[in-house]
Amino acid sequence: MSLGSEVLLDVRDLKVWFPLRRSLTEIATFKPRRYVRAVDGVSFTIRRGEVFCLVGESGCGKTTTGKALLRLVEATGGSALFKPKKEVLEELQSKGVDVSGDGYVDLLKVPRRRFKPLRREIQIVYQDPYGSLNPRFTIKRILEDPLIVHGIGDRREREEMVAKMLEAVKLTPASDFMERYPHQLSGGQRQRVAIARAFILNPSLVVADEPVSMLDVSIRAEILELLLDLKGKLGTSYLFITHDLAVARYICDRIAVMYLGRIVEIGDARRVIERPVHPYTKALIAAIPEPDPENRKRFRELRIKGEVPSAAAIPPGCRFHPRCVEFEEDYDRLKPMCPVKEPPLKRPLAEVEEERRVACWRYITWE
Amino acid sequence: MASEVLVIEGLKTYYFTLKGIVRAVDGVSLKLRRGEVLGLAGESGSGKSTIAWSILGLVPPPGRIVSGSIVVDGMEVTRMSESELRRKLRWKKVSMIFQGAMNALTPVYTVGRQIEEVLRVHAGISGYEARKRVYELLESVGLHKTIADRYPHELSGGQKQRVVIAMALALEPDIVIADEPTTALDVVVQAQILNLLKRLQREKGLSIILITHDLGVIAELADTVAIMYAGKIVEYGSSEDIYKNPKHPYTQALLKAIPRLRGPVDKLAYIPGQPPDLRNPPQGCRFHPRCPLAFERCRMNEPPLFNLGDGHLSACWLNEGEA
Repeated sequence: MSLGSEVLLDVRDLKVWFPLRRSLTEIATFKPRRYVRAVDGVSFTIRRGEVFCLVGESGCGKTTTGKALLRLVEATGGSALFKPKKEVLEELQSKGVDVSGDGYVDLLKVPRRRFKPLRREIQIVYQDPYGSLNPRFTIKRILEDPLIVHGIGDRREREEMVAKMLEAVKLTPASDFMERYPHQLSGGQRQRVAIARAFILNPSLVVADEPVSMLDVSIRAEILELLLDLKGKLGTSYLFITHDLAVARYICDRIAVMYLGRIVEIGDARRVIERPVHPYTKALIAAIPEPDPENRKRFRELRIKGEVPSAAAIPPGCRFHPRCVEFEEDYDRLKPMCPVKEPPLKRPLAEVEEERRVACWRYITWE
Repeated sequence: MASEVLVIEGLKTYYFTLKGIVRAVDGVSLKLRRGEVLGLAGESGSGKSTIAWSILGLVPPPGRIVSGSIVVDGMEVTRMSESELRRKLRWKKVSMIFQGAMNALTPVYTVGRQIEEVLRVHAGISGYEARKRVYELLESVGLHKTIADRYPHELSGGQKQRVVIAMALALEPDIVIADEPTTALDVVVQAQILNLLKRLQREKGLSIILITHDLGVIAELADTVAIMYAGKIVEYGSSEDIYKNPKHPYTQALLKAIPRLRGPVDKLAYIPGQPPDLRNPPQGCRFHPRCPLAFERCRMNEPPLFNLGDGHLSACWLNEGEA
C-alpha cells in the first residue's frame, strides 16, 4: 500500500476496560473499583484497500479491539474516525449524526440506535465457522438475512445477490448450496459462507478475527487466497486479527504486535517479522515452530521470562519489563525508565523503515 | 527386534454408525522403538486419534477394532479385557495426554490430589509416599511443589498442561501418546511445553507418539514421521526423509501449504477439495481426487507402501520405480 492512500479508519487511544465487581471489604474500605484493562490505549490507522494485522497471544486485546470498532463491546475511551461510503454518510447525516467536514464519523460516538447504517460498512468474519452460522437457517437464509435487515432489494433481487455472492466465494453451482444447512458443509465451506455473509453488503472494512485458525492447514491457504481475491475485486480493507505471525506475513501489508492491551511494535508486515525490534516481538517469532527436522536436535531458546500477567494487574512502567530479558541485560541504563514509565510508540533509533514504531525504552531516544 | 516397545500390524478400526461403516483406521502398521519419537500427522478426520485410542483400548462406541494386532511390550492389546487393560496397560505401559486434557482436570479437587489419585488407584501408593511422589513429578515438569495445593482455575493454560504431563508420567510408562498437546496454547507456552517434552524424553528415555496436524510442531520432536490420509499411512520415514525429501504428493502439498517465517513470500499452495467420506472412500488411491499428479492407475488400484530404502515408505504409484 502506498503512503498516499486515503485513511479509512483512524483509531486513537482506544481503551476498553471491563469493571470488576468489588468485594465487600473493598467497598467498606472505599477502595477504588478495579478494571480489566483489555485494550489500554491503542492507536493505528487503516488505509483504503489495506490489510492491517493485529497479532498477539490470547488475552492481548486484539479481538476486543475489533469488537469495540463494531460496537459489539463499548469502548471506555478514545476515538475511531471512519470514512463511510457517500450514501451511508448521507443517511447518517440525515439522522443527525456528527460528521466531520472531510467525511469522517467517530464510530465510538455514534449513538447506538443510529449505528445500523454503519454495520453495512463494517462486517466481521469470526474464527469458528461451526458456531457463527445459525444451524436452523439454510445457506440462502443466512446470506439473505443481512439484506433483509438493511432493507435491500426485493425477494428476487436478493436471491440474485445471494447466488452471485456464493459464486464469488466459489461455492458453485450456487443453486446446490442455497437450500443446504450449515451442518451439511465442511469447515472450509462454512467459512466461505461466513465470508459471503460479511461481503454481501459490500462493506468498506471487514474485521477478520482468526478466520483460518480452526481450519486444516491444507485448506487455510485457499481461504486466505479467497480473502485476498475479494479484496482485489472490491477494494475492501481488512482488520485481520491473528495469533499466527507466519500467516500474517503472507497476507498483511502492515502489522501491529499487541501485548497486554497495547501495541508494542508496528510497521510493514514483512519487515517486522523478518527484522523485529521489540524484545517481545523477537521472543514471539523465535518461539514459532518451523518444519525443519534440525529443530529436534536442540532446545528452543526462549528469550522471555515467566507468564503473561493478568490484565487486571498490569505492571507499572513498561508492561513487558518483568518478562523482558533485554531489560535485565541493560539494567543499569534502563532502570530509571522501564519499571517507571510507559514507553511511547516511537520510531526506533537506527531504523531506516519509514513507518516502523516501537514501544521500548531500549530502542528509542529519551536521554 | 527387542528394542521395539510397540508394534502395530494391519490395524483396522471402524465406527459402525447408523449411516454406514466409517473406516477411520484402515490397515495401519507402525513400529515404535525405545526412546523414539514418532510424529503422526494428518488432517482432521484422518484417523490419527483413533490409532491412539486403539492402542489404549479406548475406542469409543460405535467404534471397535476390527482386525490387526497391537503389541505393547509383548502383550497383545486387542485381546485384553477391560480389567486387564486397566491393570496392566494404561498409565503403567502407555499413558496419554489427551487433546484438551488440561480442561478435563476436575475443578473441585486440587491438582495434587488428582495426581495422587492416579498413584492410588493404579499403583496402590498413598499417604505420605504419594505426596512425595507428587512433588517429584511436579518438579520434573518444571512446576513448584506448592502447585500441588492449587485448584485448576488458579493455574494458567501452560501450568495445567504441565500438570497433565506430570500425571501421564506418574507411573513411569514406556510410551506416552501426546494428542495435540499444544494446540490450545500460545506460541511461547507451546515452545516451553515442547522443550519440556524433549527434555523428559531424553532424561527418561521415553518413547513418544506425537499426534498433531502441525508439521512445524512435529519437526520439533519427532525422529520418525508418519503422514496419514483418510485412515491410511501414505508416507513414513525419518524426519529428514519427510521434510527434505518428501515422496508422496500429499506430503509435498502439505509442506507447501505451511506459511513460513523466512524466505520468499510465494503464493501459498493448498490442496483443493476435501478429504473423502470414510464411509465410502474413493476407489484406487484415496488421495487421487485431490492429487495434481493422478493418472489412470491411481483411479483403479490402491498403491501399497513402497519401500524406497532405509525405511522410507511411500504409498504412491509414482514411487513404484524407486522401490
